[in-house]
Amino acid sequence: MKLVVVSAGLSVPSSTRLLADRLAAAVDRHTPVDVQVVELRDLAVEIAHNFTNGFAGRALAAAQDAVAGADGLIVVTPVFSASYSGLFKSFFDVLDKDALAGKPVLIAATGGTGRHSLVLEHALRPLFAYLRAVVVPTGVYAASEDWGAEGLAERIERAAGELAVLMPLATGRDEADVVPFAEQLAALRR
Amino acid sequence: MQFGIFTVGDVTPDPTTGRTPTERERIKAMVAIALKAEEVGLDVFATGEHHNPPFVPSSPTTMLGYIAARTENLILSTSTTLITTNDPVKIAEDYAMLQHLADGRVDLMMGRGNTGPVYPWFGKDIREGINLAVENYALLRRLWDEDVVDWEGKFRTPLQGFTSTPRPLDGVPPFVWHGSIRSPEIAEQAAYYGDGFFHNNIFWPADHTKRMVEFYRKRYAHYGHGTPEQAVVGLGGQVFMRKNSQDAVREFRPYFDNAPVYGHGPSLEDFTDQTPLTVGSPQQVIEKTLSFREYAGDYQRQLFLMDHAGLPLKTVLEQLDMLGEEVVPVLRKEFANGRPAGVPEAPTHQSLLAAARKENVA
Repeated sequence: MKLVVVSAGLSVPSSTRLLADRLAAAVDRHTPVDVQVVELRDLAVEIAHNFTNGFAGRALAAAQDAVAGADGLIVVTPVFSASYSGLFKSFFDVLDKDALAGKPVLIAATGGTGRHSLVLEHALRPLFAYLRAVVVPTGVYAASEDWGAEGLAERIERAAGELAVLMPLATGRDEADVVPFAEQLAALRR
Repeated sequence: MQFGIFTVGDVTPDPTTGRTPTERERIKAMVAIALKAEEVGLDVFATGEHHNPPFVPSSPTTMLGYIAARTENLILSTSTTLITTNDPVKIAEDYAMLQHLADGRVDLMMGRGNTGPVYPWFGKDIREGINLAVENYALLRRLWDEDVVDWEGKFRTPLQGFTSTPRPLDGVPPFVWHGSIRSPEIAEQAAYYGDGFFHNNIFWPADHTKRMVEFYRKRYAHYGHGTPEQAVVGLGGQVFMRKNSQDAVREFRPYFDNAPVYGHGPSLEDFTDQTPLTVGSPQQVIEKTLSFREYAGDYQRQLFLMDHAGLPLKTVLEQLDMLGEEVVPVLRKEFANGRPAGVPEAPTHQSLLAAARKENVA
């Protein structure tokens, strides 16, 4: 099964990517997966151009195809101004609106303090609900202090287990699903 | 193969002078451009239809009728005619009238329009865009193909015993292209009727165009109109030429950088790399245009966008001279090279009339 990890971390190394990698490794322990990581930092300019041009550049198009073809997704963003980062949202703004329909998604975020942990519930979960993804019940938030405290590893394990259970059930969509013309016309005459 | 130009009809300030043409100047410029197209031996002039500033061509048949009176050979077409928000009865009448005035030098391209508020301004719902295109076109076909029409549908008041006048010239309706950039439903519609499919690829990478055209060709064959290679395909193009390619780039860059569609976005270099836009020498335009058939197959109509982004009329006319004298003659020759015998030319009034007569005899 194909697992795609979307990471919106900006620094190198990034704690967002660190969390993403830990989540991906945990999923792989539950069920063997091929992991592909999409680093949004590398696509930032193409994402901006997608807004002005209307089409994706080559690297962005490859990332979009990977996301559309995945059996499951892990999406991780740093918290900026009390929400997901603009770059994170922009990637999903230029994705085909049906690309995530029926796809299991594990949501995760990182921040400087634990006071922003509900960003998972008030920002990420509604976004992916709108995109008709199947969001796993456990979201994982890691504040700076969590990297030296107990509890994070258990949350990672629980969320990864939930994603692993859902991934085989992902309902893909059929490409080029066009209603035959006669049916389209007949539907109007009913 | 047919070569021509299509115009959006935008009124855009010239970024190098800051001057904005008046609507009158722009309309007259569009006419001058069409006359130039005929003069330099191009086959087709197509105008857009828009109902909001900064665009002037809200009334395509008025403009095309005027151009028809001043030309002999040019095929007059649209890019596009709004099949969603126009009354199909009025389209049937207007374009049949134009056919008579232009002695058959008319075809048209259906489109849905990309300006959201036009739908409510004309009393329509944008969410019904595809359904409007489907139902309105089905009615338009009947109005042209049948002398007396009884009709009832979802979007328009019913018709009882209605005859659209004038009847199409010689009983042969204008050939129809369906233009779409992203909607396979429209490619499906074009295939169902055996009409032409125009993919306006000018802002899109080759692989997208390839997918859309392949889908249309496959469905054209599915509906029994011929082989996939016989389907009728049109493509856009966008060029700016000077003898030396560096001069072309230098002169066009301010227009590119400030253009309404892609300005302040990608670099000219990235955009020429990823889309059909060519800024360079006539030879570069020839090479790029010939490459279209590598992914779209042998096709029937090539339209170039030449007059936009505030380019002054004088420059556009120079561009058309180069297009007609240096580019298109080579393209005609090269596209004919290796073109399989079964690939048809784009239908014209004469070819459709000949086909209709043959059918009547048989």
